[in-house]
Amino acid sequence: MTMSLRESVEQVSDPENLDASVDEVFRLMLGVDCRREAAEPVPEKESVTAVVGFGGLLSGACVFSCGSRAALKIAAQLAGMEFNGIDGTVKDAMGEICNMLAGAWKGKVPELAAHCGLSVPAVITGRDYELHVQAPEFRLHHGYRFADASFAVTIVCDGLQ
Amino acid sequence: MGEIRALIVDDSSVMRKIVERMLRQAGLAQLVVLEAGSGTEALDLLRAAPVDLILTDINMPSMDGLEFLRQVRAQKLAPRAPVVMITTESSEEHVKEAIQAGAQGYIRKPFTAEQVKERVLPLVMAA
Repeated sequence: MTMSLRESVEQVSDPENLDASVDEVFRLMLGVDCRREAAEPVPEKESVTAVVGFGGLLSGACVFSCGSRAALKIAAQLAGMEFNGIDGTVKDAMGEICNMLAGAWKGKVPELAAHCGLSVPAVITGRDYELHVQAPEFRLHHGYRFADASFAVTIVCDGLQ
Repeated sequence: MGEIRALIVDDSSVMRKIVERMLRQAGLAQLVVLEAGSGTEALDLLRAAPVDLILTDINMPSMDGLEFLRQVRAQKLAPRAPVVMITTESSEEHVKEAIQAGAQGYIRKPFTAEQVKERVLPLVMAA
């Protein structure tokens, strides 16, 4: 039997799946509750972006991004230690959160859980950059906040079998 | 329970520290942790020293956790150590593949210390 997600694109692109995934990862691993907010551009010049690719029945990416101050707070909450700057451990933490977000999101649809793989995370740091990803199928872009840390999670789909 | 030597295999150093913290929270007070950032590094560690427990990620570059596990079983390294997969992969197919490769337990990320306690402690006690 050929697996096809094309007929279930509404289920796959349901924005509530992304909200539930963020809630699950941040509540279980960081012990914090996040609330949705408008996904505003990061006010800081320096930001951190983690990307995990999807491949298989769905191709695309999960992008997790925030300003550098929020990245330090998020990494501290995950790792249980404080950071003074964006070092290798902070980048590792951001990559791992993106990995878990991508896994939790794809796990919401059984066909994706079984037939869509994840790449290892890539983490980008720098100033004044924009990330543009083609998304001809669908794009979910949500902003969230816990305490004074805001971040955005984007799911882009460029191919659906 | 005496000393427990646990090997944690994950390409993320942050995740290795989190797993260690949760193992200690689960009650493994006399815990000695060995860490490996890859399947290859983990195999080298297993050849050099015995362990009582192995926890491994699946999605890792170069050698994934399932291939690492198959190599552990094929080379008869740590034959009495239970293996628990800790991974973002959640489908039944992945769980079956892990069990067939020789895993005794499976924990999906994100996870809690309680889940680690429920799924790892019984395996360690039985080994």
